[in-house]
Amino acid sequence: MMPDSIPDQSVGLVRPQTLHFDQPLPLACGRELPQYDLVYETYGTLNSKHSNAILICHALSGDHHAAGYHSMDDRKPGWWENCIGPGKPIDTDRFFVVCPNNLGGCKGSTGPTSNNPETGKPYGPDFPIITVPDWVISQTRLANALDIDQWAAVVGGSLGGMQALQWAIDYPERIKHAVIIAAAPKLSTQNIAFNEVARQAIMADPEFHAGHYYEHNVIPRRGLMLARMLGHITYLSEDEMRAKFGRELREGKLNFGFDVDFQIESYLRYQGQSFVERFDANTYLLMTKALDYFDPASTCDNDLGKALEHVSAHFLLMSFTNDWRFSPARSREIIKPLLDHNKPVSYAEIEASTGHDAFLLPIPYYLAMFNTYMKHVAKEAGC
Amino acid sequence: MALRPDLDIISQWIKPGSRVLDLGCGDGTLLAHLWKTRQVIGYGLEIDPNKIVMSVAADVNVIQADLNKGLSDMNNNTFDYVVLTQTLQAVQHPDQLLQDMLRVGRECIVTFPNFGHWRNRLQVSLKGRMPVSRNLPDEWFKTPNIHLCSVNDFEGLCNHENIEILQRSVVDHLHHSGPAMRLLPNLFGEFALYRIKNSQR
Repeated sequence: MMPDSIPDQSVGLVRPQTLHFDQPLPLACGRELPQYDLVYETYGTLNSKHSNAILICHALSGDHHAAGYHSMDDRKPGWWENCIGPGKPIDTDRFFVVCPNNLGGCKGSTGPTSNNPETGKPYGPDFPIITVPDWVISQTRLANALDIDQWAAVVGGSLGGMQALQWAIDYPERIKHAVIIAAAPKLSTQNIAFNEVARQAIMADPEFHAGHYYEHNVIPRRGLMLARMLGHITYLSEDEMRAKFGRELREGKLNFGFDVDFQIESYLRYQGQSFVERFDANTYLLMTKALDYFDPASTCDNDLGKALEHVSAHFLLMSFTNDWRFSPARSREIIKPLLDHNKPVSYAEIEASTGHDAFLLPIPYYLAMFNTYMKHVAKEAGC
Repeated sequence: MALRPDLDIISQWIKPGSRVLDLGCGDGTLLAHLWKTRQVIGYGLEIDPNKIVMSVAADVNVIQADLNKGLSDMNNNTFDYVVLTQTLQAVQHPDQLLQDMLRVGRECIVTFPNFGHWRNRLQVSLKGRMPVSRNLPDEWFKTPNIHLCSVNDFEGLCNHENIEILQRSVVDHLHHSGPAMRLLPNLFGEFALYRIKNSQR
């Protein structure tokens, strides 16, 4: 019996699984991972034709826990509970949903906090830089292990959307649909600049110890907190921040000091502090580099059209009007070359005041579009 | 369900297997029909979220876009046909949009309500008021139609902009033609449908 406190449209209690891979993984940086683990969750049931599998790719600070609850004590469900579950756009009554934690992560898949088999100590800063194409290769191996030849769809928001795009380019025969939400074909100069400030905040923390902080039993708390605070400013829109916090004072008066006066300061500090408890600084550095390096056109004379010439997936792109991190214009950069090459594509520009994080929220038009599109995916997959 | 009569005429003008861009594609009816009957590869542009979702439900490729911002995202000659049904009169710069359409498509199909129809003329001349009629149902303050034109107006613009008229159909509200409409289209036609191209290309 499902306990009463879990909502109807949830996948309910879920348990992560781990697969160990012994086959070395060659990486874009020239190094290789001799062996690695991937932790992942699955929801729903794989049908007999294995045609109903959906890969969910997570964003910078996401993980494999996309939906449901790990225990009855969980305060919150998985990060994409709004979109994954029975009767939701990623309908677990129809689809078999797979969501791995990316390599380099800190939630169970091999990453900087894992032991390096050569030294017996955590990799720390010696963990190789991982790129989006590397992730995609690791995900193909997960697909092989789960006996999935072709994904009915690869779906992701932000950095997750970039993985979906890379999948469509690198493995056209293994993906029928790519759903790319609030993403971009590469980072803008400004995006890279923000990432660099975040990295500097972490690396300048005296407790960073050149990335070997595990050995000193400390974490670069202040640096990681700063990085997250900065990130949060870019995830919210100016309008949303004003609407949520305005110039509201925490104690109703100015304190004429350097501690928290305004609610926004309190909010950012809280976001930063709670992030430090659940995320690893070396992983944060790696993820921002994966973002910076993402540029599928770079191997095709900087022509995204050329990179997309051989894709066979159908595309759904969605963006949010007030997202200034990956604005609608960045999604349109992907649409144009798809149109030029006669590739099936639909696109919705969703009115939202919330900024980049809108892709996690239950916005009616967003859910309607997502739902309607996924119904076609299900129909094609015969599920 | 029978196809909207103007869409029926338009689909007969479109060669099978061609590439079509439908501006203001609504619920995707035309493109879905063209795909089923003529294997046309189609894309629709639409601004209304509800209609965009309906287009996706009809399995039509639909891109959310504002026609008033033009088609600058699209390359020259990307499409065999660019279609604009019953919308020319509602855009901010009909002349510029037409030129943009003729740049992006080898041929264009445009339909609009004929303001020169005798009923409209009577309402203006006898009542001295903006016409409200079958083909123009909204009051002047509510109408989306900010650039109404007659058959003669449109052909005047084509002449001025070096646009060649390849085909014309002037019809009544049921989209039937008749001798009066053929003889005096600007007086008796309620709707006008044109297939045009840039005469300099």
